[in-house]
Amino acid sequence: MSETKLIFQLSQPGRSAVSQAPKAVAEDKLGAIPAHLRRQQKPALPEVSEMQVVRHYTNLSSKNFAIDKQFYPLGSCTMKYNPRGANRAAMLPGFLNRHPLAPETHSQGFLSCMFELQNFLKEVTGMKGVSLAPMAGAQGEFAGVAMIRAYHDARGDEERTEILIPEAAHGTNPATAVMCGYKVREVPVGKDGDVDLEALKAACGPQTAGLMMTNPSTCGVFERQIEAIAKTVHEAGGLLYYDGANLNAILGKVRPGDMGFDVIHMNLHKTFATPHGGGGPGAGPVGVSERLLPYLPTPMAGQRDDGSYHWIDTDTLETSIGHLSAFMGNAGVLLRAYYYARSLGRDGMIRVGEFSTLAANYLLKRLEAIGCTAAYPDRRASHEFILTFAKEAKELGVTAMDIAKRLLDYNQHAPTTYFPLLVPECFLIEPTETESKEALDEFVDAMAAILEEARTEPDMVKEAPFTQPVRRLDDVKAARELDLTWTE
Amino acid sequence: MPYIPHTPDDVRAMLDAIGADSIEDLFDEIPAHLKAAGKLDALPEGLSEMEVTRLMGERAAMDAGAVSFIGAGAYQHHIPAAVWEIATRGEFYTAYTPYQAEASQGTLQVIYEFQTLMTRLTGMEVSNASVYDGASGLAEAVLMSLRANRKSKSRKVLVPTALNPRYTAATQAIVENQDVALQTVGFDAASGQTPLDALKDFEGEDFAALVISQPNFFGSLEEVDALTDWAHANNMLVIGVVNPTSLALLAPPGEWGTEGADIVVGEGQPLGVPLSSGGPYYGFMCCKQKYVRQMPGRIIGRTVDMEGKQGFALTLQAREQHIRRSKATSNICTNQGLAMTASTIYCSLLGPDGLTNVAAHCHTNTQALAEKLTAIEGVERAFSAPTFHEVVLTLPKPATEVLAALAEKDVLGGVSLAKDYDMPNAILINATEVHSESDLDLFAVALKEVLAA
Repeated sequence: MSETKLIFQLSQPGRSAVSQAPKAVAEDKLGAIPAHLRRQQKPALPEVSEMQVVRHYTNLSSKNFAIDKQFYPLGSCTMKYNPRGANRAAMLPGFLNRHPLAPETHSQGFLSCMFELQNFLKEVTGMKGVSLAPMAGAQGEFAGVAMIRAYHDARGDEERTEILIPEAAHGTNPATAVMCGYKVREVPVGKDGDVDLEALKAACGPQTAGLMMTNPSTCGVFERQIEAIAKTVHEAGGLLYYDGANLNAILGKVRPGDMGFDVIHMNLHKTFATPHGGGGPGAGPVGVSERLLPYLPTPMAGQRDDGSYHWIDTDTLETSIGHLSAFMGNAGVLLRAYYYARSLGRDGMIRVGEFSTLAANYLLKRLEAIGCTAAYPDRRASHEFILTFAKEAKELGVTAMDIAKRLLDYNQHAPTTYFPLLVPECFLIEPTETESKEALDEFVDAMAAILEEARTEPDMVKEAPFTQPVRRLDDVKAARELDLTWTE
Repeated sequence: MPYIPHTPDDVRAMLDAIGADSIEDLFDEIPAHLKAAGKLDALPEGLSEMEVTRLMGERAAMDAGAVSFIGAGAYQHHIPAAVWEIATRGEFYTAYTPYQAEASQGTLQVIYEFQTLMTRLTGMEVSNASVYDGASGLAEAVLMSLRANRKSKSRKVLVPTALNPRYTAATQAIVENQDVALQTVGFDAASGQTPLDALKDFEGEDFAALVISQPNFFGSLEEVDALTDWAHANNMLVIGVVNPTSLALLAPPGEWGTEGADIVVGEGQPLGVPLSSGGPYYGFMCCKQKYVRQMPGRIIGRTVDMEGKQGFALTLQAREQHIRRSKATSNICTNQGLAMTASTIYCSLLGPDGLTNVAAHCHTNTQALAEKLTAIEGVERAFSAPTFHEVVLTLPKPATEVLAALAEKDVLGGVSLAKDYDMPNAILINATEVHSESDLDLFAVALKEVLAA
């Protein structure tokens, strides 16, 4: 595929897509703006025709992998099918043109969807209250830990300065704890993928504000000691945070609220099939147990006795941790999740956990059969699992990164690589419930072919990919000779 | 089964390969008493695409039909048809974060172009790939200013009262956990501007930065050159909060005062992103080159591949959470990719003349609206400062009552300043290029009726 010029390289002075903008305004009508506050030269935006723009960005889109084109076995990312109906519903004019500060009289349709979505999420997570306000998983984490802090502060319990985090955790967990003013203490994970309970007991104390964990963990296994962990943390006076990145594994099978978690965030762009959009927008609603209800972030949707809907804001919920955005978070993403929830219903929701787990266990067994090494061979896979290529790296010089890049040549997106950090040369693989058995089999075939190539032509594998718009990129040059904007 | 492709034969074959009798066996590591069976009864039955579409169509229709003059941080603009037809192509809509650069050159090049566009609009040197929204972007900018300002040891930042109060509230909620304090600076009751006089009280005190909003929440234009020079003279960084549409007409923050603003953030929504109840929008974030390593969020660089061919990749990742964990600049691990893609297409379609025309129409339409409304007895402009596309009016009656009465006529007549500014009779109104002369007249007629009632 050839290099696509930048939109700025297509620009010609005096060219414009005339019908896209209103007509010019006479300069004398702008006299109310003082000259010294005016811009001296027009901004150097590209001067191109409408068709040039359409063709340019359509061509660029073709340089992406996407769920609509390829299998994406990205662990902890839940790249499932994004229903097109959800997009159309969220783009209905009544939703699209509603101003976020429109009065409640002109917001009943939107508020009703948000109120019901809050209730659906409460039900599937077993929590007592839900706020849809956080705009991404990481902001949901922030809201969750900020609520933990608000809870301790309200009790005058200000000695609690530490958040415990299993060493396998997502990088956002420790980064979030620090943003909320906490120190981080890591807890080791045992050889079977479960948390080292004795180490956890030793780490817990009067300084413990809480523990952040995922379950199933990022090791791709269900944490069997979850109740003992919850008891240990609660007895020390800490609260338990559930990172919802892996909620897809247990949807309809077991609920975080029943496991003893006090606060959770959900990634609707994972579990509720809203699009990843090339890196966002997502949505990261939070759910809480009884004792954290007063601290939920605003705004939320409420319902009056007469059935009408209203906003719940900081004027009535004064203990709230407050607003995390100017308005109501990523409302359009929430509408897509609402569509998905209505589309699946109760039975569909239960099937998500079942079929994502079936797909992962099937894929794991098939990959083991062709010679891949599981990191936790004695455990059931959850909705995802870990392979390690430490042996291939040592004996053949072919790393997990090389195999990942070669997969692109087989039209398969690479799994999550080098995460979690405690397993060397690893893939974290999550197939989701929406991939057919044939798609899973094609991935196995590709892996078998690559493992054979690794033995016979390792140097070729180390140079992959060959079929993509570019070969491997010079990341060192990118960081050393920063080129972040185009200059003619 | 919606979205699940497996036939009964597939399921059997898969279970056989696993060596399990049933799907339930796959959950045998979960303690039985924790299982959720029977606990999801409050969820409704699933619906077909036609049924959900009908349901949501009815809900959406409930909120449609009014003519709105509400701005206050989110603005109606015409969005060319091509913008979202392209942004929602599956190749953009369903792509993942571009960690696998070779398979993500489309998304990566769009971000590089976006970064370039934002620096050209703001007059700054570098841009990131966007953050969640304008308000949370300001919180990130405040935290960044503490890291970037080597001359200051302060954990305090000066914030004008005339800044959008929703920005102040969100920033407060985000930064207070790190013991960062926002010190407010009042506005001049006559002009609606943040006067230099109000800053004199803080001379000699240590602050990491001064926030300057242009235009400010009242729509008023601040004397940005004087404010910027004052901040720099007092060893503070300048954080500019700007409306991107206005930048087609107003001096870019990179040119404010002698040295220009240091960090610039704002709400990207006006550039081709629909109102959509408040999101998804995106916050843009630009800064001087020397502060780039203190910037949070994703940044894309242009480089070459192993054959010397141009390519784009994530860069300076040592700032980010997936590498630095607890030492990262922020916990953010997304940008608002789709919204930012829409803005890139929008800016390309409009070009320099198109965006200037949009900004000019916003300005002149708002001026015309203000004239029509202030012709009504008892309705006056609250402030004397020049404005861009929002104006504060004082009414002869309480704003909340008037707005409710207007809403009954399907005219959404702006927002009340009663709660945030103790100005019970004041409303903030906005008009843009989408409002026709008859829309403006409709507002004037309705307001006259309401005030006469």
